[in-house]
Amino acid sequence: MKMNILKSTIAALAIATVALTSASVQAAGGASKPSKQNWSFSGLFGTFDRAAAQRGFQVYQEVCASCHGMSLLSYRNLSGIGFSKDEIKAIAATVEITDGPNDEGDMFERPGIPADKFLAPFPNDKAAAASNGGKAPPDLSLMTKARYNGSDYVYALLTGYKEDAPDGVEVPEGGNYNTYFPGHIIAMAPPLSDESVEYTDGTKATLAQQASDVTTFLSWAAEPELEERKSMGIKVLLFLLVLTGMLYAVKRQVWRDQH
Amino acid sequence: MSRQFKNPILNWVEYRLPIISFIDDSVGSGYPTPKNLNYWWNFGSLAGIVLVIMLVSGIVLAMHYTANVDYAFNSIERIMRDVNYGWLIRYIHMNGGSMFFIVVYIHLFRGMYYGSYKAPRELLWMIGVIILLAMMATAFMGYVLPWGQMSFWGATVITNLFSAIPIVGDSIVTLLWGGFSVDNPTLNRFFALHYLLPFVIVGLVIIHLWALHEHKSNNPLGVDIKGEQDLIPFHPYYTIKDLYGISAFLMFFMFFVFFAPNFFGEPDNYIPADPMVTPPHIVPEWYFLPYYAILRAFTGDFIVYQVISLGGLLMSAKLAGVLAMFASILLLLFLPWLDGSKVRSSKFRPYYAMAFWVFFIDSLVLGYIGGKPAEGAFIVIGQIATAYYFAHLLVIIPILSRLERPKPIPESISAAVTAAHASKAAE
Repeated sequence: MKMNILKSTIAALAIATVALTSASVQAAGGASKPSKQNWSFSGLFGTFDRAAAQRGFQVYQEVCASCHGMSLLSYRNLSGIGFSKDEIKAIAATVEITDGPNDEGDMFERPGIPADKFLAPFPNDKAAAASNGGKAPPDLSLMTKARYNGSDYVYALLTGYKEDAPDGVEVPEGGNYNTYFPGHIIAMAPPLSDESVEYTDGTKATLAQQASDVTTFLSWAAEPELEERKSMGIKVLLFLLVLTGMLYAVKRQVWRDQH
Repeated sequence: MSRQFKNPILNWVEYRLPIISFIDDSVGSGYPTPKNLNYWWNFGSLAGIVLVIMLVSGIVLAMHYTANVDYAFNSIERIMRDVNYGWLIRYIHMNGGSMFFIVVYIHLFRGMYYGSYKAPRELLWMIGVIILLAMMATAFMGYVLPWGQMSFWGATVITNLFSAIPIVGDSIVTLLWGGFSVDNPTLNRFFALHYLLPFVIVGLVIIHLWALHEHKSNNPLGVDIKGEQDLIPFHPYYTIKDLYGISAFLMFFMFFVFFAPNFFGEPDNYIPADPMVTPPHIVPEWYFLPYYAILRAFTGDFIVYQVISLGGLLMSAKLAGVLAMFASILLLLFLPWLDGSKVRSSKFRPYYAMAFWVFFIDSLVLGYIGGKPAEGAFIVIGQIATAYYFAHLLVIIPILSRLERPKPIPESISAAVTAAHASKAAE
C-alpha cells in the first residue's frame, strides 16, 4: 500500500515536470501550430475524395507546377485519383518530353506518354534556384510527409499569408509574411487567391477551396498507398483480434490445471 | 541421447542427427520452465520474433534498394510506390525497428526488476547487453540508408563524436566515413554492415539462449528451482502463452504499420539528404534519445564534468559526453556486481524496487529531454537526470543493495504458488 502511494507520487511528479517543460517550449516556439482539418483521407477508414484530388491536380498544374516539380510521380499514377486511361493519355500528351538519344545519337522532342514522370519546371536545380531568388522551390512529391502536421500544415501555409506583417516584423525584399511558416518570412509569394483557377467541374474556386483541394492532391501524391493500406489494415487487425482471442482461449484451456 | 519415436522417419533422422530431441529439449516438452512466469517473460520470445521479422523484411528490401547517394532516396520511394506491397514491407521494417527497441527495453527492465542478471545468470545478462549494443549499431546504420536529411545529419553528428577521442579520433572518423565527409563510401559501408550485423545478432542470441537454457529462466519470485514441483514443460504451457503474446503484440505492431506508419519517424527524413542545408533540430530516433540527452548534458559548466575532468584538465566536455554515453550502457555489464544483494526479485526488496522505479522514470525523462532542443530548463533537467542515472548505477544500487534487509523469501516456487492458492481459496 505504502509502495503504491510512493509509486504514484513519483509518477505524478514526473508527469508534472514533463507538462511544465513542454508548456514553456510551446511559448518559445516560432510559427503557429496549424489547426486540424477534417480530411477525407484521415481516420481508420479514410479515402481520398476523388473530385477534390482531381481539382487539386488542376490547381497544381495551373499554379504550382510552374515552379514546383513532382519528380516521383508519373502521369500513369493519376489513375489513383480516378482519372481514366484516356484522360491520362490526354494529360500526358500536353507536355513535350525530351527523349533520346535515338539511333542517330540525337536527342528529340516527343509528346508525353502515361509512363513519363511529371515534367519538371526547370532543367536542373541550379536553373530552378537562379529563377527563384537563389533557392530552388522544393519538390512537392512528398511534401505532406516531409513536414510536421503534414496536410494540415500545407493547408495552413497556403491560407496563412498576411498582407500586413504584425508590428515590429520587418519583411525583407522578396519575402512574404506567413503565420505558419517557420520564421514567418517565406520567399514564395501567395500562390493562391480567390478565383485563381476556374474549376472545370463548376466548384466555386475560393482560396480555401483551392488550398483544400490541392492539399488533398498532394496528400495522395505523398501516400498513394493510403487507401490500400488502411483497408488492408482493418482486415489484418480484425484477423489478429480473432486470432488473439482464440489463442487466449487455448492458453486458458492448456493452463487450467495450473491455476 | 537419441530418442525413440513411433514414426520410422523421425527415428531414422534422430539416429543420424538428434535434431528432434534437440528442438524438443530447447522449446518443447523436454525443456522444463518455472511454473510461475508472468507476462513480462513474454518479451524474450517477442524480441526473437521481431528479429525474424526484421531479417525477412530487410532481405526483401535489400533486393530493391540501391546503396548510392544519387539513387538511395529514390530507390526507397520506388519501393514505396512501384514495388508490389513494397510500402508494406518497408513500413514493417521501419516500424519493426521501433518495436524491437520497445520489446527489448521492456525485456531489459524486466531483468532489472526481477534481478535476472544475478548469479548464475551474469553472462546471460552480459550477452544481452552486447546484443543491445549490436542492435543500436544496426539501427543507427539502417536509419542512414534512406539518405534523407535526418539520415545524413544524424550520421554526421554521431560519427563526428569519435573525433573527441584523443590522438586517434580523427583517423577513426575518416575510417568510418571512408573519406573526409559522410558520402557515398559511408553509405556503402553502412549498408554492408547493416546487412551483416543482424546475423551477428542471431549468433549472439543463440549464445544468449544457450546460457539461458543452462540455468533456466529466472522467475518473478527470484528463488532457485528446487525440484520437479517448481517446473512445467515449455511445451505446451509456454509455447501457447508465447503465441498468445505474439498475436497480441502483432496487433500493436500492425496498428502502427497500417494506420500510423510514420509515427516514430521524423518528417525531415522525407527530404533528400542535402549536405548544404542543416535541419533546425537534428534528433536521433526515439530509442536513442536517452543516450543523446546524456551526451548533451556534458557542457563545460556541468558539475559532474568538472569533477571527473578535474576542472576541465583531463578531457574536453565533448569527450566526457561521448564517454558517458557509452558508459551509460557499458556499466550495465557490471550490474551483477554493482548489485550486492543475494535476493533477486524486487518483490522482497522494497527499497530496491523504489530505486528501480525512480531509475525507470529517470530514463523516461532522459528520453524526453533528448528530443528537446538543448536550451533553458531542458539543459538543467537533462543534467540532473544524467547525474541521477549514474548515481543510481554507481552509488545507490551498490550501497542500498548491501544495506537493505530483504523481506523473507519463500522456500520455493511451488510453496509460494500453493500458499497463494490457499489464500485465494480462503477469500
